[in-house]
Amino acid sequence: MANVVESKKACAVNPLKMSQPLGASFAFMGLDACMPVMHGSQGCTSFGLVLLVRHFKEAIPLQTTAMNEVTSILGGYDNIEAALVNIYKRAAPKVIAICSTGLTETKGDDVDGYIVTVRKRKPELADTEIIYVSTPDYVGGFEDGYQHAVTAIVKTLVKPLPVRADQVTLLPGSHLTPADIDELREIIEAFGLNPIVLPDISGSLDGHIPPDWRGTTIGGTTLEQIRAAGASALTIGIGEQTREAALALQEIAGTPMEVYERLTGLEVNDRLLQRLSALSGNPVPAKYRRQRSQLLDAMLDGHFYTGGIKVAIAAEPDLLLAVGSLLHEMGAELRCCISTTKSAAHALLPAEQVLLGDLEDLEQAAADCDLLVTHSHGRQAAERLHKPLLRIGFPVFDRIGNAHRRMVGYRGTMDLIFSIANLMLENMDHHHAGDWPLTPEALRAATTTSARMADVTVTAGSCSTGSCGGCAPSNPTDLAEASV
Amino acid sequence: MSVSLKAKIAEVFEEPGCDKNQGKSEKERKKGCTKQLNPGAAAGGCAFDGAKIALQPIADVAHLVHGPIACEGNSWDNRHSASSHSQIYRSGFTTDINELDVIYGGEKRLFKSIREILEKYDPPAIFVYQTCVTALVGDDIEAVCQRASEKFGKPVIPVNAPGFAGPKNLGNKLGAEALLDYVIGTVEPEFTTPYDINIIGEYNLVGELWQVKPLLDALGIRVLSCISGDGRYNEVASAHRAKVNMMVCSKSMINIATKMEQRWGIPYFEGSFYGIGDMSDTLRQIAKLLVQQGAPDDLLERTERLIEVEEARAWKRIAHYKQRLAGKRVLLITGGVKSWSVVAALQEGGMEIVGTSIKKSTKEDKEKIKEIMGDDAHMIDDMTPREMYAMLRDARADIMLSGGRSQFVALKARMPWLDINQERYYPYGGYEGMVELVKQIDRALFNPVWQQVRIAAPWGDDGETLGAVQPAAKPLDFLATAAARSLGLEPEEVPV
Ligand code: SF4
Repeated sequence: MANVVESKKACAVNPLKMSQPLGASFAFMGLDACMPVMHGSQGCTSFGLVLLVRHFKEAIPLQTTAMNEVTSILGGYDNIEAALVNIYKRAAPKVIAICSTGLTETKGDDVDGYIVTVRKRKPELADTEIIYVSTPDYVGGFEDGYQHAVTAIVKTLVKPLPVRADQVTLLPGSHLTPADIDELREIIEAFGLNPIVLPDISGSLDGHIPPDWRGTTIGGTTLEQIRAAGASALTIGIGEQTREAALALQEIAGTPMEVYERLTGLEVNDRLLQRLSALSGNPVPAKYRRQRSQLLDAMLDGHFYTGGIKVAIAAEPDLLLAVGSLLHEMGAELRCCISTTKSAAHALLPAEQVLLGDLEDLEQAAADCDLLVTHSHGRQAAERLHKPLLRIGFPVFDRIGNAHRRMVGYRGTMDLIFSIANLMLENMDHHHAGDWPLTPEALRAATTTSARMADVTVTAGSCSTGSCGGCAPSNPTDLAEASV
Repeated sequence: MSVSLKAKIAEVFEEPGCDKNQGKSEKERKKGCTKQLNPGAAAGGCAFDGAKIALQPIADVAHLVHGPIACEGNSWDNRHSASSHSQIYRSGFTTDINELDVIYGGEKRLFKSIREILEKYDPPAIFVYQTCVTALVGDDIEAVCQRASEKFGKPVIPVNAPGFAGPKNLGNKLGAEALLDYVIGTVEPEFTTPYDINIIGEYNLVGELWQVKPLLDALGIRVLSCISGDGRYNEVASAHRAKVNMMVCSKSMINIATKMEQRWGIPYFEGSFYGIGDMSDTLRQIAKLLVQQGAPDDLLERTERLIEVEEARAWKRIAHYKQRLAGKRVLLITGGVKSWSVVAALQEGGMEIVGTSIKKSTKEDKEKIKEIMGDDAHMIDDMTPREMYAMLRDARADIMLSGGRSQFVALKARMPWLDINQERYYPYGGYEGMVELVKQIDRALFNPVWQQVRIAAPWGDDGETLGAVQPAAKPLDFLATAAARSLGLEPEEVPV
């Protein structure tokens, strides 16, 4: 429904967007025993690392090929080879995943070719899988990088296998949290199906205490699981950004696919459960029937606080669609929608327009809105505008527990409704006794005859504190005297 | 890389004020101090990052990053340099170039961006940062900035430090060069006093400058400009009228101090605000140099009196913790706050330093550490996370003080950790700050949570994770030790 407009500005102010290689690295965080590497100069990696650490409050494995100005011009073969060998020696990951950056793309490094050469020259790397994805910084954004990375994983590692009727592949979008993934896994398993989650950040970034120190990712989709995805009976993708990988799976292994545009909201989850029920031949478990009815109740309770509010929201396309649609279903008006990159998801958004822009655009359009919804970088705008801010997506660096926030399934939808409604409640204006003072004329009129004075005394006396400025335009001593 | 940037880098490496350089032969010096990074084993920021760190605390300026979204989109709004006035430095401005800009060059977009910022925000100046991609395609930011300055009548300052030029530290210096070339000396202060100083290389992280400034105020010393914490463009531009420059211990911007001495004859000294003794020495040095430069000499006496009062008060407040902290072992992993500046305060609090990192320390620093800690000072050159983890896990240290990156090493070993680098929340400057540091250590160490997290699960599968490659070396030993400590026993005392 929404019309997509691109910002005409030359200068992005307070960027909403993050880079492709960061999105791709994020996807690789969901593979087990993996070391993601950015092929570029070291600052890119350092910035990405800091952001991931601040969001998840976890140690993050991320490496760089440490290009400098000379190697950038000559080409990065030596650095790639050195990086692969060094990483292999230090951390012995099962997978090394390389994302290009703006620098190496501008130069035009042929990384695919480099990898072929490294394979020949360094036989010790034979047991290590190497995945490469092209992610120039100056094209697309975080979500695009994630999308291409998942596709690259599929294309590099999945082979067709005989179908297993009880196995499904779940492709979560980058907007899902570890808790979201756990929730979906639980739902799928409740039907007696076995999900392979690709990639699975719920194993690696869910904040647990491992028994030893490891240089690579800890937990996530294992190599065996990725390979086994060729046997799934169905691919379930969450968000438009998973379509590319789902199509790749279909092409490679012939797996039928179903891409859900979101799983936040009532109707979409109904659809999912029905599909799972059909696939497994099992009825929808009682647990979810109950949750559904709880969600209905939550929607009823919540709509008082969301009905009619005007919202300014800025997020990556799939997250924008998920949260925006729910808000719309709860009666809010999507007054201003900002996103980062083009996506088929925008067409489904119940808003007039989506602007591919930045947080300055959000701030300017939000003056008459009741709620801001975006990542932590929106805090400055929210402070300046004195508006409540709902933090969603990545990065959320000024809150803890981000890995455990749930927004999908009936339960997750319910959680989100509660957070929104509570935020609105918290920011509701409280009225005070002095909020509706009489005009001086009215007071004067009311105090001119002695018969009326008694009434006014009663009104003034009803203000329990007496210190409230709003009810003191007349002289209390006079009134007190008058009432005697 | 442009010829001018190459020349700049060479010049920065020639730095006479750097004592590492003084120890080198002519030939070695030419090579510069940036060693080649190790691909696949490197960490840390790029030169652009360094330049931005150095200059962004100039708070009333718009900082515009010329490059693809990676450089600014992934990094803005991530540091705690506090400002008492403008907030515009906290906004992220970037040209966010696209494919067409890569092919045809991004200079037009840059020029337009400058105009947009001036029209919308009207800052006293704009700093334009070069990055890898725009440098590689050959965008001439110097030329664009010059044209924009002429056209709009506002200073537009090019900061030529693309990420691939080298590491963060080099970027600090290149950022400083931009100030020397385009900013310092371009504005005259409204008035001057015999007590005017500049502070260089101080970033006012979490407001640390404000822990120190009251001391200077009390003595009548005026901070003409701080470069760059809580900075204002016009103050920095008039910094050349100060009587004395203080270079804050980290040598990130030493080139400003040495060049200002050459150009305007302003003497400088290096001091530190971290550590009680260091703080006092710093005050003394400032007073001494100011008097040498013509300030009335009662300043010396007033300074001594202030030091006496402040030191006594600080030691008294630290001593308060002595009993609780006696014998606690501290592992100090830092390059930021000088590794030895805080050691005295920790020792005064009764703590033992089991190791201090010297990765970024100079020869002098190392001697100083020996002086304070004795010959058996445990200096750590480069410790891998795994070694740190093992050291904490085996309880050879009770707490680790480090930067945020290694925090999880301690936390996963279920050991207390305190941030003493740039992302810290608590200010550790001056006398106030050292007391705060000891207080924070105390708070971290005695948090009852440590006992809680070390309790083993009754069913014995504590710590098991999904698909860990290697099991713990001796998980059971570790748990027994942890459990013993949580009961207040030594491991040997545990009845089996
Ligand atoms: S290394 Fe280059 S491209 Fe990467 S963040 Fe630094 S300046 Fe930007």
